[in-house]
Amino acid sequence: MSTALQDPRVVETPNYLNQEYGWRSWLFTKDHKRIAVLYIISITVMFFIGGIFASLIRVELLTPQGDLVNSDTYNKFFTMHGIVMVFFFLIPSIPATLGNFFVPMMIGAKDLAFPRINLLSWYIYIGGAAFALAAIVLGGVDTGWTFYTPFSSTYSNTFVITAAVGVFIAGFSSILTGLNFIVTVHKMRAPGMTWGRLPLFVWANYATSLIQVLGTPVVAITLALVGLERAFHIGIFDPAIGGDPILFQHMFWFYSHPAVYIMILPGMGVISELVTCFSRKGIFGYSFIAGSSLGIAIIGFLVWGHHMFVTGMSMYASLYFSLLTMLVAVPSAIKVFNWTATMFRGSISFDTPMLYAFGFIGLFTIGGLTGLFLGTLGVDVHVTDTYFVVAHFHYVMVGGMVLAYLGGMHYWWPKMTGRLYPEGWAKFSALLVFAGFNLTFFPQFILGYLGQPRRYHAYSPEFQVLNVMSTAGASVLGLGYIIPLIYFLWSMKYGPKAGNNPWRATGLEWQTSSPPPTYNFETTPIVTEEAYAYHDQKETHVG
Amino acid sequence: MAQQFDSATLGMWVFLLTEIMFFGGMFGAYTVYRGLYPEAFASTSQYMNPLFGAMNTAVLIVSSLTMALGVRAARLGEQKALQLFLIFTMIFGLAFLVIKAFEYHEHWVDMKVPLFGGHWDYSEAPQFARQAQILFCFYFFMTGFHALHMVVGVGIMTTIFFMARRGMFSKDYFTPVEVSGLYWHFVDIVWIFLFPLLYLIGNARKLV
Amino acid sequence: MHSVPSVRTYVTIWAILTFMTFATYYIAQIDLGQWNIVIALLIAFFKMSLVIFFFMNLKAESPLTKLFAAGGFFWMILLLGQFFVDYISRDWMPGGKMW
Repeated sequence: MSTALQDPRVVETPNYLNQEYGWRSWLFTKDHKRIAVLYIISITVMFFIGGIFASLIRVELLTPQGDLVNSDTYNKFFTMHGIVMVFFFLIPSIPATLGNFFVPMMIGAKDLAFPRINLLSWYIYIGGAAFALAAIVLGGVDTGWTFYTPFSSTYSNTFVITAAVGVFIAGFSSILTGLNFIVTVHKMRAPGMTWGRLPLFVWANYATSLIQVLGTPVVAITLALVGLERAFHIGIFDPAIGGDPILFQHMFWFYSHPAVYIMILPGMGVISELVTCFSRKGIFGYSFIAGSSLGIAIIGFLVWGHHMFVTGMSMYASLYFSLLTMLVAVPSAIKVFNWTATMFRGSISFDTPMLYAFGFIGLFTIGGLTGLFLGTLGVDVHVTDTYFVVAHFHYVMVGGMVLAYLGGMHYWWPKMTGRLYPEGWAKFSALLVFAGFNLTFFPQFILGYLGQPRRYHAYSPEFQVLNVMSTAGASVLGLGYIIPLIYFLWSMKYGPKAGNNPWRATGLEWQTSSPPPTYNFETTPIVTEEAYAYHDQKETHVG
Repeated sequence: MAQQFDSATLGMWVFLLTEIMFFGGMFGAYTVYRGLYPEAFASTSQYMNPLFGAMNTAVLIVSSLTMALGVRAARLGEQKALQLFLIFTMIFGLAFLVIKAFEYHEHWVDMKVPLFGGHWDYSEAPQFARQAQILFCFYFFMTGFHALHMVVGVGIMTTIFFMARRGMFSKDYFTPVEVSGLYWHFVDIVWIFLFPLLYLIGNARKLV
Repeated sequence: MHSVPSVRTYVTIWAILTFMTFATYYIAQIDLGQWNIVIALLIAFFKMSLVIFFFMNLKAESPLTKLFAAGGFFWMILLLGQFFVDYISRDWMPGGKMW
């Protein structure tokens, strides 16, 4: 429970950051914590690159005419925004950063099962990112992040193969991370750490890893086939020889729908950690939350056709997929109810991580409910390919996942760096993010419902007011992202030193020093308690 | 050590699971088109050489035998036997690739390679000329990805061979041999399915 | 770690696999209509099982490993099956066609 530790008698304990210095000790590390830091840096860079494209989109949409750029260039903006954000930010985000750092610690292990494969997966990620950046620099891709054929396979004149190769490579990184987590959780838990005592963050990452391993290979082969078709000027999606473009969509969405669960489950895991700590209460319905993570992972593979209701797919298939889409909402709803029940009669504190958790619960609920609207056949015919869809997925991806990521970063920052971030600025940024986000994306629900199509650089003039609001919101949101970047960096040198457990949280990761030593634990811990063994405490703490 | 062996084998099975889904995507697409264009697909059989296909299958099965015997030798600490079986496995693997290359050459000569700008002549059954190209795309892509995995496999075996020569394996540590063996057998299994699906589509094949 | 299967076991399995390969080849010469592909795939499935259980030693592996192996195949079936939910039902609608 320490505040600013200025005591000169305290020596800097050996930890994973100061153990070794020099670029070689970082680029050839096998330490999962250092690899997590490498990932944090890389995905932050990609996030801001994706953000630049978002800004370009919103600037163009300030006016109804397509006046900033022509439609081809605009197509490149939203394509690059999507590819970078989906494949190079959201998919790796929490698993490769917070997951890499904390899953081994939470189960009482020294590292992941395959530390060198962990490092390899980072290098592969960088390789994939290099191809994606090459595609951008060479002139961009305009197919949409969904690469629909036959435009992507035959008619587009942009750098599709380069981008597809980048995504293919990044997919391998994702597969290796998932494989590592699965084996780690099965084989490397400390004595006493039964499945029923695992922190829910571990369950969430485990379920995510299952999806990564089962789904990613299919998008890999799909994009490989598109690339081969472009290279050889003939292929299985070519309508001229009888190819079916809808088959591409089936293959693509077989992965890309479960992919959105890769993009949200880890965030849900973070929320379970935050809600318990900042309500000083054990989680309500542990086994339901754990089970619902697996449920989402499995049912998530049964719903992809809801992206294809109006494509010409069979009506009966649409019925099947619509029904299952209703089903997949149930485990998510269970989580939201259980988090709420956890907070009920808890001792709530409003530290920044908890603010992000509140934001997540509300915004994810809106995003999830609008997903149900979209899964309803009749409604989808009206709003598909409009801004309603865009608003829906940004509510879950940004209002959900990004907020969870920021909440997790704030929560675990003292552990990872040994420093406290400035709480005042952090609260302010959290509010900026929340306000900016809603101002950006709520109008888009209305715009979509009124009929503004997505992926168009121009729109009907009566939509301008809402579009301007949306762009204004985006500026606020952007500021809300930049400020934490600044104070996090600042805190590494000037922030007050954090103690081992500034939040007085349960969990093995808080039993070590901040930052942790390279091998995590002096001796292998023996676990005797259930997870979230919070008891009623009325003391105040750092905040 | 046992935990590391268990982790490594579990890890390899999880990786093979990803490979099942990778090839499975192609198998899925193939099945859809075969259902859409059954006669066009059947018409392609006369240009496939099922005897070569069967021979290739037999070659891979032998290589799986030598691989399994090699892993067995590693478990028993029999260094010479291990190295011998690894060599044989690689020889059979390379034999497979040679036969494959020969087949590809035959297809090229027959003008049945729609890739590379359309080295294609289907005048014998022009009503199927368009859709048959889909089958040939699958043929080249699927056997191509398979062959790529074989090449990687031979590379892995070479590495394992040199590790064995340096005396790195013993009764107590042979994990790399075990997991490489799993990979090799998997590549064999993929071919076991490719053979009937690509070579035996139509009925009453002529014996070459 | 695990028991070591005998050379005889391996050679026997190899012999069965090779025999089944040529059986597949010869059966394909006989016109059995729709059944040709069914038989060929059944034989292939059987061969795969032999390779998995004996050459890859899945028989001796833990239930967890068996679960992951089975899961892989099950997931591929899930992919194929759901593709067919679309393609088979297309001809239930006027104007569509499949099989």
